[in-house]
Amino acid sequence: MAKLKMKKKSTSTDMTAMCDVAFLLLTFFILTATAKVPEALPVDMPSSVAQTKLPDTDLAIITIGKGADGKSKVFFDIKGREIRKRTLEGMGAKLGVNFSEEDKTKFALMDDFGVPLANLKQIIDMKASDRTKANQPGIPMDSLNNQLKDWLLVSRRAAIDIDNKELQIAIKGDAKEEYPQIRKIMDILQDQKINSFNLVTGMRDKNF
Amino acid sequence: MAELNTGDGGGGKGGKVRSKKQNSKVDLTAMVDLAFLLITFFMLTTSLSKPQSMDLSLPDKDPNQKDTKDTKVDENRTMTVMLAGDNKMVYYMGLLATPKVGPKDITYGKNGIRKVLLTQKRAVLAYSTALGKPKNGIIVIIKPTKKSNYRNLVDILDEMAITGVETYAIVPEFSPEETKLVEKK
Repeated sequence: MAKLKMKKKSTSTDMTAMCDVAFLLLTFFILTATAKVPEALPVDMPSSVAQTKLPDTDLAIITIGKGADGKSKVFFDIKGREIRKRTLEGMGAKLGVNFSEEDKTKFALMDDFGVPLANLKQIIDMKASDRTKANQPGIPMDSLNNQLKDWLLVSRRAAIDIDNKELQIAIKGDAKEEYPQIRKIMDILQDQKINSFNLVTGMRDKNF
Repeated sequence: MAELNTGDGGGGKGGKVRSKKQNSKVDLTAMVDLAFLLITFFMLTTSLSKPQSMDLSLPDKDPNQKDTKDTKVDENRTMTVMLAGDNKMVYYMGLLATPKVGPKDITYGKNGIRKVLLTQKRAVLAYSTALGKPKNGIIVIIKPTKKSNYRNLVDILDEMAITGVETYAIVPEFSPEETKLVEKK
């Protein structure tokens, strides 16, 4: 009797341990997850052997790449909710566009954008999934209407006001973007005496 | 642990107790399946690694303050790399009128520019050591043309990091001779 019973038990595997491990991993992934947001302007970054990681806060990313229509566009993104809020306030005051408190809260939760300030409200009002499809024209940065310069200036001031830290600037460029376009961005940065910034790159294999 | 022991107190007859005992184990297979499915989902949707970034520092550019003192640099130590279109480069050592090496076309990568950089770096170091200044390494001047793209710029900066060239500058200014040299390609 006893022997027979033993055999019967062994036919089904004990899943308890496996279940434990699976849920442990699941918990880990849920807690560490930062959802991948579809980028408004997808870029193919060049790769490098650099190992420095970008910080999570006090960072502004200037994305430059070609949109669906083949034109070079510049998008701007600031990390850190408080800084975003303050920056939008500052930009509104500077260029005379009114943003409600609700707009600011929504803007704080948004990601990158690439529209002239006057059209920003439309983008804020959109749903997140629609923003990527909106075909945003890019932030104007010619000599007459250089809003990128204003964004940089205002966001840097906001970072100093809130965190008492200098805002780090990163350029995320498309690998195929021509050099003069990149140079233009660098010139704008240098005009504000930002001589040190980061270039966002992908990872290169070890045996490159 | 996860076995549910339904108590044996309720039943009185042997047969009933047995059937209860068989149900005492919960089948966890489906649960594990679900857990792994979710794990897979979260693994694929998270961006675990933050993107890397390369630090780049450019010299101060002040239009009001004219640098009257041009720094004199030994031409034996300078190497000029011009980034042309189509992922090509032209390099020469020293002055273009009297180049020590080149001007030559070269490609990116392990067998292209990196070999040259390493050889020239060693040569310059030997030259400086002979002069008694072993700290004066090679100076690389990177000149990106309008046809070059961002990948080329990152690649050449990357080569600087790989070969350990400490002094380099990005100078997008071309003399007419240099333009001719690059245009020819």
